[in-house]
Amino acid sequence: MPTQVRIPTPLRKLTNDVEVVETAAENVGAAIDDLESRFPGIRERLLDNDGEVRRFVNVYVNEEDIRFLDNKDTALKDGDEMSIIPAIAGG
Amino acid sequence: MKALRCRECGREYPLEARHVCEFDFGPLEVVYDYARAKKSLTRKAVESRPKSMWRYRELLPVAKDPTVGLEVGFTPLIKADRLAKKLGIRELWIKNDTVNYPTLSFKDRVVSVALSRARELGFKVVACASTGNLANSVAANAAAAGMKAFVFIPNDLETGKVVNSLIYGANVIGIKGHYDEVNRLCAEIAGKYNWAFVNVNMRPYYSEGSKSQGYEIIEQLGWKIPRHTVVPMASGSLLTKIHKSYQEAIKIGLAHEAEYSVHGAQATGCSPISAAFKAGQDFFKPVKPDTIAKSLAIGTPADGFYALKVFKDTRAAADDVTDEEIREGIRLLAETEGIFSETAGGVTVGVAKKLIASGAIPADDSAVLCVTGNGLKTLDAVENHVGKTREIKPSLREFDALVEKELTT
Repeated sequence: MPTQVRIPTPLRKLTNDVEVVETAAENVGAAIDDLESRFPGIRERLLDNDGEVRRFVNVYVNEEDIRFLDNKDTALKDGDEMSIIPAIAGG
Repeated sequence: MKALRCRECGREYPLEARHVCEFDFGPLEVVYDYARAKKSLTRKAVESRPKSMWRYRELLPVAKDPTVGLEVGFTPLIKADRLAKKLGIRELWIKNDTVNYPTLSFKDRVVSVALSRARELGFKVVACASTGNLANSVAANAAAAGMKAFVFIPNDLETGKVVNSLIYGANVIGIKGHYDEVNRLCAEIAGKYNWAFVNVNMRPYYSEGSKSQGYEIIEQLGWKIPRHTVVPMASGSLLTKIHKSYQEAIKIGLAHEAEYSVHGAQATGCSPISAAFKAGQDFFKPVKPDTIAKSLAIGTPADGFYALKVFKDTRAAADDVTDEEIREGIRLLAETEGIFSETAGGVTVGVAKKLIASGAIPADDSAVLCVTGNGLKTLDAVENHVGKTREIKPSLREFDALVEKELTT
């Protein structure tokens, strides 16, 4: 089973309202490239001009923030879940 | 209100329940018509209105008259001479939101705005991701407004905070994880259920409620912006909004242009913003929280970046204190001023002490400390650190013996 990528509401216009997309990519960066090939425009929403994940975008692999892992190099394997989530306020 | 606007790229959106820019995920902010607000929001007009946060309503994001939380705010600003002496500063004030109405924390401010706006937008169900105080306030204010509430909290919160949500009949969901995990789940739930999530899709409205604390401080100081303000930071939202309230007060003529610094306080066990400040960085690294200040335990602070910018813009500082220093801060505030604050208040007092000692806040200056929540909700944090009751029989002889032995009269 490939990695499932959960698409947040603000990006679903690009994915024709699809909430979960599958990818066989080997790491987070490659998964974003894969998404771009299928949903053109999504990469520039997620990455800044330097190719880094945007300040207000949080990416999680199996519920762990990739900034605690290997950022864009974080490996993906079959059955993993990758979530893309906007930063939100405190409580 | 004119529109919602992305703080990063400036794209505008209609005034609906949405919180991030579709383009770059930047936070959306409410845009006001300041020229219009300036006409009606004069000092004289404000002073003639009821003593609640809604006396500044031109700068709070509701379209019509507010319908939830009409009594919230206008909490006391206390001149804290005894604490000032202990901390070694000329003049000190406490903005005392431990007695905010109805749930004893500053969160009543943001919730009254969020729920009033949620009603305007036609929502029947309200929800939040919370470290406790927000859950309490959403639960209580939703009950009073006849709305249904779902509150999501980490499952290890203090008993007081949990009971204070359950009592109002809210659906309380305890998540096995820390706040950042609760937050992440709520972002996903908010995408699926059409509810007013006060700190997710309602965030642009919700967060503006914090500004009322800043306006009140200015008014209570005789329409002056304090030279130094110390604010506790979880996501950093309150700090950035207090800064914004000072800017707005100058812009519309409620206060004169003046130099001011807005300092930030965190617990060492969860200090991503203070650590970034001390390292001279303008970005922060997320952390896994480990502190008794659970209301501040946010490891991925959404407004951390903007908080760091406030320190730079107002020549302010940030610092953090250990659990022991937090308890010491709570005790000091209680013993000198008779105010029992929750752990976040201990953080604020502890950090103020450090900033005064280091000279970041000069000893001959004046400062306001924002104390944001009530100690009765976090008894667990201090109960084994406050001494013990002395038990005796109802006998004068026993009492005399006790006085002689260990009490000073």
